[in-house]
Amino acid sequence: MTLPNNPMQLVVIGHGMVGHRLVEALRAKDVSGTWRIVVFGEEKRPAYDRVALSSYVDTWRSESLELAPLEGADIRLGETVVSVDRERRVVTSASGVEVSYDALVLATGSTPFVPPVPGRDLPGCHVYRTIDDLDAIRETVKSAHGSGRRAGMVLGGGLLGLEAANALRGMGISPHVVELAPRLMPIQVDEGGAGLLKRLVEKLDLTVHTGTSASSIERDGSRLIAKLANGVELDLDVVVFSAGIRPRTDLDLGLELGPRGGYAVDEGCRTSDPDVYAIGECAAIGGTVYGLVAPGYSMAEVVADRLLGGAAEFPGADLSTKLKLLGVDVASFGDAHATTEGALEVVVNNAVAGTYSKLVVSDDAKTLLGGILVGDAAQYAMLRPLVGKEVPAGLLEPGGNAELSLPADAQVCSCHAITKQTITDAICAGVCTDVPTIKACTKAGTGCGSCVPLLKQLLTECGVEQSKALCEHFDHSRAELFEIVRATRVTSFSALVEKHGRGRGCDICKPAVASILASLGNGHVLGGEQASLQDTNDKFLANMQRNGTYSVVPRIPGGEITPEKLIVIGEVARDFGLYTKITGGQRIDLFGATVDQLPQIWRRLVDAGFESGHAYGKALRTVKSCVGTTWCRYGVQDSVGLAIDLELRYRGLRSPHKLKSAVSGCARECAEARGKDFGVIATENGWNLYVGGNGGFTPRHADLIASDVDTETLIRYIDRFLMFYIRTADRLQRTSAWVEGMDGGLDHLRDVIINDSLGICAELEEAMAAHVGGYADEWRGVLEDPEKLARFQSFVNAPGTPDPTISFREERGQKVPVQLGIPEVAR
Amino acid sequence: MIPRCVTPVCALSALRPEQGVAALLPDGSQVAVFLTHEGAVHALDNIDPFSGAAVLARGIVGDRGGVPVVVSPVYKQAFDLRTGVCVDSPSHSVAVHPVRVRDGVVELT
Ligand code: SRM
Ligand SMILES: Cc1cc2nc3c(=O)[nH]c(=O)nc-3n(C[C@H](O)[C@H](O)[C@H](O)COP(=O)(O)OP(=O)(O)OC[C@H]3O[C@@H](n4cnc5c(N)ncnc54)[C@H](O)[C@@H]3O)c2cc1C
Ligand code: SF4
Ligand code: FES
Repeated sequence: MTLPNNPMQLVVIGHGMVGHRLVEALRAKDVSGTWRIVVFGEEKRPAYDRVALSSYVDTWRSESLELAPLEGADIRLGETVVSVDRERRVVTSASGVEVSYDALVLATGSTPFVPPVPGRDLPGCHVYRTIDDLDAIRETVKSAHGSGRRAGMVLGGGLLGLEAANALRGMGISPHVVELAPRLMPIQVDEGGAGLLKRLVEKLDLTVHTGTSASSIERDGSRLIAKLANGVELDLDVVVFSAGIRPRTDLDLGLELGPRGGYAVDEGCRTSDPDVYAIGECAAIGGTVYGLVAPGYSMAEVVADRLLGGAAEFPGADLSTKLKLLGVDVASFGDAHATTEGALEVVVNNAVAGTYSKLVVSDDAKTLLGGILVGDAAQYAMLRPLVGKEVPAGLLEPGGNAELSLPADAQVCSCHAITKQTITDAICAGVCTDVPTIKACTKAGTGCGSCVPLLKQLLTECGVEQSKALCEHFDHSRAELFEIVRATRVTSFSALVEKHGRGRGCDICKPAVASILASLGNGHVLGGEQASLQDTNDKFLANMQRNGTYSVVPRIPGGEITPEKLIVIGEVARDFGLYTKITGGQRIDLFGATVDQLPQIWRRLVDAGFESGHAYGKALRTVKSCVGTTWCRYGVQDSVGLAIDLELRYRGLRSPHKLKSAVSGCARECAEARGKDFGVIATENGWNLYVGGNGGFTPRHADLIASDVDTETLIRYIDRFLMFYIRTADRLQRTSAWVEGMDGGLDHLRDVIINDSLGICAELEEAMAAHVGGYADEWRGVLEDPEKLARFQSFVNAPGTPDPTISFREERGQKVPVQLGIPEVAR
Repeated sequence: MIPRCVTPVCALSALRPEQGVAALLPDGSQVAVFLTHEGAVHALDNIDPFSGAAVLARGIVGDRGGVPVVVSPVYKQAFDLRTGVCVDSPSHSVAVHPVRVRDGVVELT
């Protein structure tokens, strides 16, 4: 970007989530380049998604927490600012670098509060705030050689404390949670809810000690012994402090502070020095310090606006929370503790079902003020934006499940402060047609993900055809049809449409049902009625070209091929006069075959040991590989071997859309695995698995879902992933869109596939085993069956006569189709 | 385009419901012949007017709102099997050929 001659200089201290957002917002708004930006970050890595910090434990890969990279800012990582001279308007970093500013933004976040317990500095005692903190906890856990059950203590039973306890569980440690207040999550949850919460988390191997605190921690050989005030003694491997946070104001600028710490700022986020702003967790706005990211983001937007001469003001904050950890839903929103004068509470405590809900309403029961949900927080997304609005009819009735509709100004996505109006405007303008496009153009849904169900509802409200009906012949979605076919064992389209649909089907439902039947293993795709359901390409097991000829793509697993087989392909191409091209999928495409030639060509190929490459099907295409350890000096695993194994395992697997994969032998990623539906990258210790990648129209990098797993585990996870996709995706939905649109996002997917949260993994694996066991080459199946073979002719009344409309010319030494005249229609 | 004499195409038993076949006419033109689920036989010009390719016989047969159609395999427009009119763009159509079944043989008349 070109800057004006004399841009002003903005210095940002702190490269956390809020500092990051400020730079993004300013760069987006500052089109004329008024500001140069310098950012100092104490941590050695660029800002990351601290909100999702706990998920780091699942993979130990910091990439999964990365935020969008910043452009147009000079970022100094690993540089702590140690002093600010407000007279000279200069900041100085620990390494002695001086940078002057026209405006300064403090975004230093907070530091964890560690209560003054004797022994708190012992090795093995940690806080829980940064990636480095988690790495240190992992080191302690790794080096602890205690025999038998390993235990840890988390001091603090609030939201973060429970997250930390869950993280310890993930490391194989049984956590004790110690909370001074008489209940867990005292800030968000009331006594009734906390009682249920305690019961639910205790089932998960957490031991809860409330109403007490640690009075000392001592080292005993390799162990830590914690003494609690109530006399209990705990024998521990690790201790984590999670007793709250304090705004970080150690940089003494001589600015006014808020009553409970934090740089005091006005509604425009200005401190007592007009050239200095403070945002995020280090700011006290109206005397309050917010420990959540959404208010920080609002402050960042305010400052970006102010720096460009605007007058934006902090809009206030929504302190609602939803904890989606430990498999237990906890949500708290609005005036959860009914502190409003005259507030009424409607409590439903269902001990049997393990759910607790409390709604807080105004004294006239007309306005929703807040609420608490424990055990089942499905209603959260809908209720939260209704706070301060009229109570929907029916909501307060026993078991009430009112039809809820949101007012236009309700905040739908609180992570990004996006109102219903903003989203519906984008939908009505035709810009957004589904959840992924809403995410892309409004940012709604890209934070914690809890508003995604609401986004779907808004699409419906706006009349965007979110009807799940597959087409005019079925009212069901593809996923529902899949379940019907699976449960009823229907084996034909006719039977299905008669019982569950209407009419004779079309080009949408027929191929979809054909794919479902094939995924569930119903014999050859051209067997009996199935042949009439297939899309053209599947009908002739080849890709139709623009002139009505076909292309032939034999499978070349992993891209590895012997010279003998290469020669066969060359000979076949020469003998049938086919145009040949190396595809983008590491194999060879032979173009220009007529329908009659297909069986003859395949006879030669099958005899030479080739089989269908399914280039025509919504099925596994290729598993690309790089050369890996065998030849490459950097390779750490045998990527070719694994790619071949995977390709042979999943070949022929029919799915909602095509499936692509790749395996790279090391982190250099020469096979481009992260652009694939499932990609594998070798590590020193095993394999990393990535899912949901896509090239094509909307490229998307795949997300890491498991790391350092052995081959057996890897294959188990891929089996589950693919079968879960096949069962639940929409027709023609690639895995990338499927992952993007999933309620609960990647966390949910990981839960299902790795933690078996739905209890279906055994079934998914069985289904895959059935596919692998039942695989047979489709082209061999055709060649061996005269009835199927009979279909491969141009004319029913003149077998062997070539189609007179097809002709070729030559280009660069090969034949190419003569473009057909299209007389009547200009396309 | 319409042949003057009767051209036998194939035995009725050679047609599979909802799977078209192509037939070559003496004048070198091509016809796509379909048998519906209900047992009706229809014949349309085989050339898809949107792509110029002779492929309509290879399209999926079904219905649009009860109208029996074949969907072109190239760019997916649907054509009414009875009238040849394109359901998605009624200003386009393909020729319809009179067809009958006599003594188990499908004939174009
Ligand atoms: C032959 C090949 C191009 C080449 O000469 O290299 C090819 C050819 C076609 N691609 Fe492709 N794609 C080919 C690699 C790719 C790749 C690269 C890859 O696989 O590594 C991509 C991007 C990666 C991806 O899919 O994420 C790719 C993304 C697409 C897309 C966009 C998919 C998307 O999700 O956005 C389509 C359209 C679709 O499927 O709806 C498409 C559709 C097509 C079709 C089937 C279009 C059609 O319906 O006629 C082309 C068929 C040509 C034919 O008749 O054989 N092709 N296509 C490549 C075959 C690879 C193979 O060996 O099987
Ligand atoms: C485990 C965990 C879970 C959380 N879950 C949620 C949640 O579910 N929802 C939610 O809304 N919030 C959650 N939060 C809180 C959320 O992460 C914070 O509100 C948010 O990160 C605050 O952003 P910030 O930029 O103000 O501060 P930070 O992200 O802390 O960034 C401040 C940065 O400034 C750096 N810095 C400080 N002083 C200096 C200096 N002098 N020089 C240079 N750099 C400096 C720090 O090293 C730090 O990197 C969670 C936090 C944690 C730890
Ligand atoms: S990904 Fe690594 S192992 Fe594979 S070819 Fe590239 S550098 Fe070599
Ligand atoms: S509320 Fe968190 S992403 Fe929308």
